[in-house]
Amino acid sequence: MNIPENLKYTKDHEWIRVEGDDAFVGITDYAQGELGDIVFVDIDTVGETLEKEETFGTVEAVKTVSDLMMPVGGEVLEINPELEENPELVNKDPYGAGWMVRIRISDVAELESLLNAEKYKELINA
Amino acid sequence: MKTTAFFEIHKQLGAKIVPFAGFEMPVEYSGIKDEHMTVRNGVGVFDVSHMGEIWVKGPKALAFLQRVTSNDVSKLKIGQAQYSCFQNSKGGIVDDLLVYYFEPEKYMLVVNASNIEKDWNWLVSQNNEGAELENASDKICQLAIQGPKATEVLQKLTDVNLSGIKYYTFVTGKFAGIDNVIISATGYTGAGGFEIYFYKEYAEQLWKAIFEAGAEEGIKPIGLGARDTLRLEMGYCLYGNDIDDTTSPIEAGLGWITKFTESKNFIDKDLLLKQKQEGAKRKLCGFVLIDRGIPRHGYPIVNAEGTIIGIVTSGTQSPVLNVGIGMGYVKKEYSEIGSEIFIEIRGKKIKAEIVKLPFIF
Repeated sequence: MNIPENLKYTKDHEWIRVEGDDAFVGITDYAQGELGDIVFVDIDTVGETLEKEETFGTVEAVKTVSDLMMPVGGEVLEINPELEENPELVNKDPYGAGWMVRIRISDVAELESLLNAEKYKELINA
Repeated sequence: MKTTAFFEIHKQLGAKIVPFAGFEMPVEYSGIKDEHMTVRNGVGVFDVSHMGEIWVKGPKALAFLQRVTSNDVSKLKIGQAQYSCFQNSKGGIVDDLLVYYFEPEKYMLVVNASNIEKDWNWLVSQNNEGAELENASDKICQLAIQGPKATEVLQKLTDVNLSGIKYYTFVTGKFAGIDNVIISATGYTGAGGFEIYFYKEYAEQLWKAIFEAGAEEGIKPIGLGARDTLRLEMGYCLYGNDIDDTTSPIEAGLGWITKFTESKNFIDKDLLLKQKQEGAKRKLCGFVLIDRGIPRHGYPIVNAEGTIIGIVTSGTQSPVLNVGIGMGYVKKEYSEIGSEIFIEIRGKKIKAEIVKLPFIF
């Protein structure tokens, strides 16, 4: 199971990677494996400012639908444009090319509440 | 939770196991899309041993089956199989099933795993004729070997001429060294191939033989996930989704297996005949999404004004077409091929069009 050390995680299986004022958000390797083949990433919240744990979109696998939650509050700046045509990138490269949104974090202090790689690993019993 | 005779094999193969109809069953191995395309283009093997088998025998077998099933059993020739429904006496469907005709006074019914107990109790309660009933579900295993390469793979294991077995007929013969394997040219995928039935004790031996025979053709195990997407691309009904105790076969487009011939009196005949003559108020329709989205069981179907006109019973993204496809009950006036409808997905109206089934071919 791939759980990079440099990311923070939620108990709902999102990851966040902070880069300056902004951050990239996606779902974990464990999450993509549980969902199976991802066929549609439905996000229409660009420009909206959402609270921590508010739904910013939906990921659809062949059999299941799952909500995507904000790891921290912030404005949704951009959706990964590649996912429209190639949603399977989330399966193939969940921490890289399969990122889902870029956000501007409202309050960096909220990052403290997230799990580090070790704690996330414990959560999923990896 | 029950398991089939192949459970250890599924685990060894790394299948994702889920509870289904009281059984722990493999939902996927290599991934639903990969498995789906394997069956469409090559050959795949489904463990469907969870399904139920009920023998109906004796001098009253035909009379009993004519009354409890919707199709005309008297039309069957020996070695033929028939798709049919049990009616529930309220116009709804107890289960859908296959009827296999072995010899005079000997039939096998193959029923859904989720309904084995319910069907058995229903049949016992309805058996006024005194047919001999035996529930052999725990003794008999079933594998479905499906796909355009199924015949060439299986032919390596038997002297029975497989290409001579016509669709919806079957042969009982020696297969992979085992006597009395039922080889049936049926399936739930539209990809061609066979369903084979045999006793539990031969399960591992048969699995091994089939995978050895198919190695060259790239044979793969297929889970219930792809079974669902494959059947949906063909527009086949799934009990519990598209048909159930509240839906009639007339509404469900199963009029072709509901026979109102004079010589056949079956449960709900009068009620269904009336419905057929008057026309059902709603119809099970196939639809394709025009806008991006994936329909799912239970989503509302609405018209342009947003008024509810139906409900989605099955939906997925078609791995072959790469668009959202589904089936659902729609008010008669919106059920014409080409009608514009909308699926309500997370509060949004997604445009769709009623199409002719199947979705592919």
